[in-house]
Amino acid sequence: MRTFRYERASTTSGAVALLAEAPHGAFLGGGTNLVDLMKLDVARPDLLVDVRRLTSDRVEELSNGGVRIGAGVSNSQLAADPLIRRRYPMLSQALLSGASGQLRNLATAAGNLLQRTRCPYFQDVTTPCNKREPGTGCSAIEGHHRDLAILGTSPECVATHPSDLAVALVALDAVVRTEGPDGERVIPMTELHRLPGPEPQRDTVLRHGDLITAIDLPPLAFAACSYFRKIRDRASYAFALVTVAAAIDVVDGVVRDVRIAFGGVAHKPWRAIKAEELLRGGPAGEDQFRRAAEAELADARPLAGNAFKVPLARNTMVRTLLELLEGPR
Amino acid sequence: MEAEVTFRVDGTSHRLTVDVRTTVLDALRERLGNTSAKKGCDHGQCGACTVLLDGQRVNSCLALAVAHDGAEIVTAAGLASDGELHPLQRAFIRHDAFQCGYCTPGQIVSAVGMLREAEAGWPSAVTAGQPADGGSGGSDGPTVGILTDDEVRERMSGNLCRCAAYANIVPAIQEVARG
Ligand SMILES: Cc1cc2nc3c(=O)[nH]c(=O)nc-3n(C[C@H](O)[C@H](O)[C@H](O)COP(=O)(O)OP(=O)(O)OC[C@H]3O[C@@H](n4cnc5c(N)ncnc54)[C@H](O)[C@@H]3O)c2cc1C
Ligand code: SF4
Ligand code: FES
Ligand code: FES
Repeated sequence: MRTFRYERASTTSGAVALLAEAPHGAFLGGGTNLVDLMKLDVARPDLLVDVRRLTSDRVEELSNGGVRIGAGVSNSQLAADPLIRRRYPMLSQALLSGASGQLRNLATAAGNLLQRTRCPYFQDVTTPCNKREPGTGCSAIEGHHRDLAILGTSPECVATHPSDLAVALVALDAVVRTEGPDGERVIPMTELHRLPGPEPQRDTVLRHGDLITAIDLPPLAFAACSYFRKIRDRASYAFALVTVAAAIDVVDGVVRDVRIAFGGVAHKPWRAIKAEELLRGGPAGEDQFRRAAEAELADARPLAGNAFKVPLARNTMVRTLLELLEGPR
Repeated sequence: MEAEVTFRVDGTSHRLTVDVRTTVLDALRERLGNTSAKKGCDHGQCGACTVLLDGQRVNSCLALAVAHDGAEIVTAAGLASDGELHPLQRAFIRHDAFQCGYCTPGQIVSAVGMLREAEAGWPSAVTAGQPADGGSGGSDGPTVGILTDDEVRERMSGNLCRCAAYANIVPAIQEVARG
């Protein structure tokens, strides 16, 4: 590992100021992704500004009926939080389906959202990778890409975003609050992560030195009946092949409202806007769910090794909505 | 860059100067001579390095020592009190829950942390994993006495065993969980 300077700040503005002066510096949360990437020489920060204990570690109810999650809340604490489990169960399920008990105890909410892709070439400095070193080429397109994206890819990069939490947050229309050199911003989760395009080195719309301070969940009554389903190669402790986060509000057989997001299919958590629009106001049933999933996935452009993800994503969405429809068993 | 840190490890306080790149695992093993926690993968994937850090189980190979200055650390070696093995240590021996033993300190410390988490009502992917709970988002959490084997496997999935002693690890943990 290369050496670096380690700093802590007593205020969030102090932390932002420290990083603003260090173009190659980074914030440190639990370190479960960043320290790993530093060991692999993929991340080479010359300054770490430790913000794990600086940002809030509380989950609080907002006056509008929503919930604010401090950036420093651990993944375990968040998954176990009674408010989250009662109002947004898919969020708790998403966290619990990721990593391990030990990792979730160290990992922070903000760090989880900003973890980097698990594309094997990104983590291997001996291979070309446009995300790690722009302009060197993409090893995955002609190589091992079974786990990678089917939607929104570019000729430069076909990576997926690995966070399960982010998928649930995108489905819930959460917003991220940041403090940066240019002041405070509120960024919808649906816009935080970006598609690779010609600039796969940029995972998100954040600018250097933007500190995530909190994540706000809007009130969404029907999210109390929501579900996060993760399909993976092992029963536990594996990154996703495909995930679906969904909540549905059905009254007298008619879909009043619905939220659907896919994980494991794109460079960002994929909100299924088309499927939602098709379903809203119409009857709730297997045929409708299938048609909506097919419409959403019509733009999928899989590679030779990951075409299986298209039917897998469709079936996972249909099955998840059907189970939500059945309700408590 | 170097930094001065203090730790309480298995009940004893230490003050040491570390290179900021030093992980808690390397500080324990290389600087304090406590080789209880093992280095398996050094990338957060195997759980052999699990320690209790301020009461919670974590992968010490990804925790920078400087970021945890002042922490209370417990390794498997510190679980025994007054020469009396911890109930989980005794259960592992009784159930022959290891072969080479390399993963064992991590397994035992992880099980200690895991049972505390279950006792605190923390859910797991098994308890909170069904849409069928109709919005309650899982039960209020199991009491330790009713952890199923599936539940133990899920909660312990961050600890790999290359000798595949799982068939004996789960019953060893269950013996303690069920009291
Ligand atoms: C073996 C293994 C298995 C895993 N499995 C899964 C899985 O199945 N699903 C899943 O979703 N995840 C999984 N993970 C990833 C894990 O969830 C992330 O490593 C973790 O959530 C990152 O959080 P952290 O606080 O440790 O972040 P760090 O490693 O500290 O930071 C990650 C990034 O976020 C930045 N950052 C941190 N805090 C802030 C802030 N407040 N503002 C701005 N930037 C910030 C850092 O600069 C860095 O770029 C796994 C990890 C491992 C090692
Ligand atoms: S898919 Fe993206 S991350 Fe993977 S090798 Fe290609 S450019 Fe790099
Ligand atoms: S050595 Fe830390 S998890 Fe493998
Ligand atoms: S006993 Fe050998 S690795 Fe577990």
